[in-house]
Formats: sequence, C-alpha cells, structure tokens
Amino acid sequence: MEINIQKKVLEANETQADINRRFFRDNNVFVLNMMSSPGSGKTQTLCRTLAQIMPGIRTGVLVGDVCTTNDARRLEVTGAKVSQINTDQFGGDCHLAANLIFDFAKPLGCDELDLLIVENIGNLVCPAEFDIGEDARAVVLSVTEGEDKPLKYPLMFQVADVAILNKTDLLPYLDFDAHLAVENMKKVHPHMPVFEMSAMTGEGFEPWIDWLKLKVFEKTGR
Amino acid sequence: MHEMGIAQQLVQIAIDSIPEEIENPSVEKVNLKIGRLAAVVEHSLTFCFEIITKDTPLENASLEIDFIPVTMHCRSCGNRWEVTGPVFTCPVCEDGKVEMLTGREIEITSIELAE
Repeated sequence: MEINIQKKVLEANETQADINRRFFRDNNVFVLNMMSSPGSGKTQTLCRTLAQIMPGIRTGVLVGDVCTTNDARRLEVTGAKVSQINTDQFGGDCHLAANLIFDFAKPLGCDELDLLIVENIGNLVCPAEFDIGEDARAVVLSVTEGEDKPLKYPLMFQVADVAILNKTDLLPYLDFDAHLAVENMKKVHPHMPVFEMSAMTGEGFEPWIDWLKLKVFEKTGR
Repeated sequence: MHEMGIAQQLVQIAIDSIPEEIENPSVEKVNLKIGRLAAVVEHSLTFCFEIITKDTPLENASLEIDFIPVTMHCRSCGNRWEVTGPVFTCPVCEDGKVEMLTGREIEITSIELAE
C-alpha cells in the first residue's frame, strides 16, 4: 500500500524561519546571515564593520561555532551585544538552524537593535540549506582559498545576496587571480554585488559599509 | 554533513503518516525527491537512515530517490533550460536575471507499506 505524503523534509525549519521573520519584522531589525568556510575572516570583517557602524547602527551579533567562545570575546570589545552559540551542545551541528536563532536572538533584546548579524558556522555547504528568517545573506571568500570555490560550492553562492572577497592585502604574495574569483562568483550568481576588500587593513571597506547601511535603512527606516 | 538531521526529520514525517489502524506496520520503501543542487549526499543519507530506523516500522526500508535536475528561467528572454554545470547565466541572451525553477527540493513524496 502506497501512502502519498508530498512534504518538505525541512518543513519544521522553514516554519520556524517564518516565525523568526515575523519576530524580526515586529522588532524592526535587519538580519544578516554571514557565511563562509572556516578562516575566511568573518570575525575580523565583523570587528571592523562594527567599529565603523556603531553606535549609529545598534548592532547585535549571534556567533556560531562548534566549540569555544573565542569569537564572541573578539566581538564583545566592539561594544555590540554578542551571544555565542556552541553547537556541540546540539550534536555538533555544522550549521545554525532556525530554532537556535530564535532561542538566542530573543534574550539579546532585538527591540533595541537596528541590525542583527548572524556569524554562521564556518562551512560552505550546510548553512546554505537552512533558512533562518534572515533578510539577506552574505558569503565571504578569502584570497587564501581557491578561485574556483564558487564553482565547487554553487549553492552557497547562489543563495547569497552579496559576496565579499577578503584579505586582498595578501594578493601581492599569492598566486591568486582575484578577477577570475569574481568572474566565477558571477557565473554562479550573475547580478550579485561583490566587494573586494581587506578586513585587516580596511582597504576597499567603504562600499561594503555603504551597502550594509542602505539595507538596514531600507528595512528599518533608521 | 547534516544528513543525520535530514534523516531524522524524514523518519518522523514517515512514521506520522502511517495510519493508526494498521497493526505492526512495516515500511518497505520511502520515496524522495531531491534536487541536484540540494546539499544532500545520498550515501550519507542512506547510512544515517539505516542507523536510526533500527527497531522502528522503517527498519530495512529502502530509500528511493528521484533526483530532480536544476532548471532555470530567464526573466529577460523567457528561455528555460537545464543547468548541468555551476554556471547560471542564460545561455541564450547571456543575461543574469534568472530564477531557479527546480533543483533545491528535499521532499518525501510517499511511503510504501508491506501488505
């Protein structure tokens, strides 16, 4: 006997993501989901970003890692409200699911924030599959990775709304073709804005900050 | 890497779909639709499924996966095509105003019970 079902397997996550979206809309906070492989410089990018946008834009950060609170400590010095999510308590998950985001975002006081940034777990595969109710997704690729990463992990670059090519200060020392890397991103996601910059030196940071401020303003009016 | 979570969800959906009136149900097959761009590795999913279905009505059930191609639609010229590599620009007008029609599905379509 065959029983028809026709159901999305990740429906539970999608339902929670919709609840999150309503919660973030009610609190008038813009939510950015930042994703990348481990070591691309997400935390450094955030530290510099927060230094430039705060306190004008009141920002909170949820930072996900399998273990350690190192990233939260690095981010806290910026004055942002930071909450560390360690997924080893949840089976060492390789991504942040919508229910975790809801549980950790609520105590952060979203009604007093303009921007909530989720620094996802370093992984170019799984986080792309999980909607967390965010407004935009950013993917960070660094020049110490391969130019062909967008072609190897197309889903991540397909679902991203914006991309950062980070660590450009290292280009003189590397055999890395930045033009080819950007071209590969555009093959996977043709109209995606790509910002080439260095979170270490601040080179090329302005267009990224302008993009982020505009997005926050478009949603919150602030 | 998250195939265990996906396996748990699909087992839950499958068990919830078995009519209560059936005594000692035994599921022989679970039919799935998985898009080619979905981040699911078939071997990992099958491995996780076998582990967690032990001592459940789904023990020894097979996973039958219908892989769905990645298809796109170009909003500029109306072209529809199947993507076979990681390039998503329209092959006709080379524009990038495109939308994905299929290829990201992770769906359970039906289960088949032993008579």
